Amino acid sequence: MSTDSWSTYILTFVTFAPLVGALLLLVFPRRDRDIRIFALVFSLLTFLLALHLPVHFHRSVQGFQYEIDRQWISTPDIHYHMALDGISLWLVVLTTFLTPLCVLISWKSVHDRVKEFFILLLILETALIGVFTSLDLFLFYFFWESTLIPMALLIGIFGHERKVYAAVKFFMYTMIASVFMLAAILWLYAHTGSFDFVVIRDQIARGRVPNLPAAAQWLFLGFFLAFAVKVPLFPFHTWLPDAHVEAPTAGSVLLAGVLLKMGTYGMLRFNLGLFPEQARHNAPWIMILALIGIIYGALVAMVQPNMKKLIAYSSVSHLGFVVLGIFSFTQAGLNGAMFVMLAHGVSTGGLFMLAGILHERRHTYEISEFGGLATPMPVYAASYLFIVLASLGLPLLNGFIGEFLVLTGAFQAKPVYGVLAATGVIWSAGYLLWLFQRVFYGKVTKPVNLSMRDMIGFEKAAVWPCAVAALLMGVAPILWLAAIDPAVQAALTPFTQVVSKVVGQ
Amino acid sequence: MLPAALLQTIPQGVDYVRILPELILSVFGIVVMVLDPLVDEEKSQKLLGFIGLGGALAGLLATWYMAQSPGLAFSNMVKVDDFSVFFHFLIIGIAAVVMLSSFEYMAVQRIRAGEYYALILFGTVGMALMSSAVELVLIFIALEISSISTYILTGFRRNEASSSEASLKYFLLGSFATAFFLYGVALMFGATGSTNIDLISQKLQAEPVQLLVFVAMALMFVGLGFKVAAAPFHVWTPDVYEGAPAPVVGLMSTAPKAAAFAVLLRVVFTINAPGRSGLLWVAAALSMTLGNVGALVQSNVKRLLAYSSIAHAGYLLMAFAMTGSGDSIAGISAAMFYTAAYAAMNLGAFAVVSHFANAGERYVTLEDYEGFGRSSPLLAATLTIFLLSLIGIPLTGGFFAKFYVFNAAMKAHLIWLTLVGVINSAIGAYYYLRLIVVMYMRESRKEVPVTAIPLGLGVALAISLVATVYLGILPNRILQFAQHSAQELTPPQPSAISANGEQMPPPAAIPQP
Repeated sequence: MSTDSWSTYILTFVTFAPLVGALLLLVFPRRDRDIRIFALVFSLLTFLLALHLPVHFHRSVQGFQYEIDRQWISTPDIHYHMALDGISLWLVVLTTFLTPLCVLISWKSVHDRVKEFFILLLILETALIGVFTSLDLFLFYFFWESTLIPMALLIGIFGHERKVYAAVKFFMYTMIASVFMLAAILWLYAHTGSFDFVVIRDQIARGRVPNLPAAAQWLFLGFFLAFAVKVPLFPFHTWLPDAHVEAPTAGSVLLAGVLLKMGTYGMLRFNLGLFPEQARHNAPWIMILALIGIIYGALVAMVQPNMKKLIAYSSVSHLGFVVLGIFSFTQAGLNGAMFVMLAHGVSTGGLFMLAGILHERRHTYEISEFGGLATPMPVYAASYLFIVLASLGLPLLNGFIGEFLVLTGAFQAKPVYGVLAATGVIWSAGYLLWLFQRVFYGKVTKPVNLSMRDMIGFEKAAVWPCAVAALLMGVAPILWLAAIDPAVQAALTPFTQVVSKVVGQ
Repeated sequence: MLPAALLQTIPQGVDYVRILPELILSVFGIVVMVLDPLVDEEKSQKLLGFIGLGGALAGLLATWYMAQSPGLAFSNMVKVDDFSVFFHFLIIGIAAVVMLSSFEYMAVQRIRAGEYYALILFGTVGMALMSSAVELVLIFIALEISSISTYILTGFRRNEASSSEASLKYFLLGSFATAFFLYGVALMFGATGSTNIDLISQKLQAEPVQLLVFVAMALMFVGLGFKVAAAPFHVWTPDVYEGAPAPVVGLMSTAPKAAAFAVLLRVVFTINAPGRSGLLWVAAALSMTLGNVGALVQSNVKRLLAYSSIAHAGYLLMAFAMTGSGDSIAGISAAMFYTAAYAAMNLGAFAVVSHFANAGERYVTLEDYEGFGRSSPLLAATLTIFLLSLIGIPLTGGFFAKFYVFNAAMKAHLIWLTLVGVINSAIGAYYYLRLIVVMYMRESRKEVPVTAIPLGLGVALAISLVATVYLGILPNRILQFAQHSAQELTPPQPSAISANGEQMPPPAAIPQP
């Protein structure tokens, strides 16, 4: 195949490779070991295919790459339009990076209905990649909704005690919020005659959409509500702790690692891209909500007796940074937001896997059940410490870069916000280190913990790649930022005037 | 030598071709009835079923043949166009699938089969005729043919009190509703001097509209609204669906509805009577809301699906509410697509329900479905796909169906109705999801026997499944066909649309922030 057609079809391959795997699994005999190996092979294959994307990505180009645009349905005019820019590129890679790790971490912990589990996991991967690659609003909505079912089923079938409640809550929250986005998309189609993101953006920018001024605020809110629930932005976060605590480990990893980023990605792409005017207009209250999320999430995390809930609330806090960065409309803030998304995916994914390893052995997430684990499980403790440090933002690890950039952006936009957000960094160091201390240091408090097995091969294979990625991102952020920066610049073009004004004050 | 005028009224050969499907279905129905007493009971189940199925398949072939010679027949009473061909295929196809899924049901419930298949065939004749009739009186006759068969079919579980109750209730209320329709027809005749839809339409364009026309439209809508289970004429639905045999519910929640919607489309979009869009707006919003809210608290799966069918009638009516504004082709084609997609997914769902119900319809509550995902994974997965389609999740026909309808409403600037629709579809997700949750996420507490899937049901499920997924991935061909037939349906003079003085609120009606 020539390079041209490669670059046209590569996105299709990456997106649908997991789905092909899932379909093949359907007819696969019920031999659990083979099913696991098969799922691993397919998810690794997808990851390798996805690595093609950053390798051949033209970093200096601002626009979309690997574009494919075919008509899918003629009326209404729906296209199979997929492409990547620096914003979506790494999110696709992140998704494909985390899925094989999810397969590995579920190797031993899922014994029942193994086939269904891996089928759902692979379908979920396709849907997630599709969300980030589609440029047709219809296609985007299509994939967006498609993520719901496999995720809800993963939680509801393979989760813990209150799994059904959590699954239904997750489903209803996101479903109700996203119908408002659908209404907004339909309005846009009715008034522009297109679902194409690029076409609609240009038409709006040129003021060619009839009745837009009256409707724009509502459209902005329609999109924003769907994304805010997904992020989740305070006060729409209440589904998250339930979903996380009840979800199986792999579900939590993808939920925190990728699903939440769908929300922030959507804000960046659609709220800022289509409605810059309204984004600027609404930024003050959104930034305040983000700030509340940062501080409130951290404070609540601090008092959680349940390890998974603690990590879940830390996600609320971290994602607050992302939203704050996005609505600062500064180069640094947006770069930082993108970087926090990736860093959070890697390190929180790692944390959930580590929590899952404990649950595997003791069937509880209660922090008080543990203590002094460093003695029986030294390798586990070391890995845990590494990921904790990455998550709390130690320099030279990935968390630091993103948070630093976001804080810079927030300071540029409004110094008070920067100061308040910076306290979030301190809080996160507090709850994470305290967690680590309670679980690992001191004497072993419960005799049952003395005989706990240290990490086994599969678990190492699942967690250590996260640690390596965290280190690499911390040492050489430029590898990631080089592609992000031009895309962010392009996204900020409608705001540059505003920013110079703000900076000038 | 006969006078020329009389000669013209004598039907030509081609006239018979234009009702060929109806003729063939009737012949097969009569054959079934005649054979019924002649074969012994053991054999009759299979044999008569196959004859009935053969009749439906022959009907499909005849429809294809009929489609080759479009035009008017029998003194402008019947019109063969793409529109009626679409509904012929749909309705006869539904009948075929229902008969396939009835084979097992009839054997399990120990119901004598003879009249059952004959009645389905006769009912199908009526419904098919409804879609091609352009004469209000003929429409009424076709409506009666289809209704009377469904009244009897509803009562087919003779030993069950609930079934007889359902039948009686359906019959009484149904007759009442058809009387309303007839009254509407009479008033329309009084107002315009004609019962031919095309003539009425011409008449209404030429002259100022009288008050009588409004009343006539409203009364006709009462009759048809009853048939499609639209609020506020929906009250019969849950009881009747609960009592009727499950395959019959599958039939009567799809085929008569499709036929009634076909009539409604013809009447509403051809006869340019003003004022109807407000009526339809209210009916659509009410049906969606009452249907969905009612379904939330049901514990019987058949009742749940009954309320869901009310809600779906509401979504469908959204496509009607845009009559008289701009692009009516989008509305008609959306409605046609919706009936097809709804038929596929609902038939499939009822096929699973009727198989699961077992002898005497013992297992129809949500509780019985606990652990279904484990005991028969294939059947549960199939039902899940139908339910997801009813929710309107992508990759299923239900998604595009909803999408086209919302899109049509949005195009007509019915922003509030669209909002009511999208919020309703989110509410609706809850109760379908509840069934999925029960199937997969609860362990069974009751002993529910698992029976193997018989061939007939398997084929019926496969057809519904393929149709549901096909409409969800490649909706284009069906939609284009629907659009093409919609063009034939809309009045030839586009100026007439704006001339009726009924303008939708301008797009600026979006509330100011």
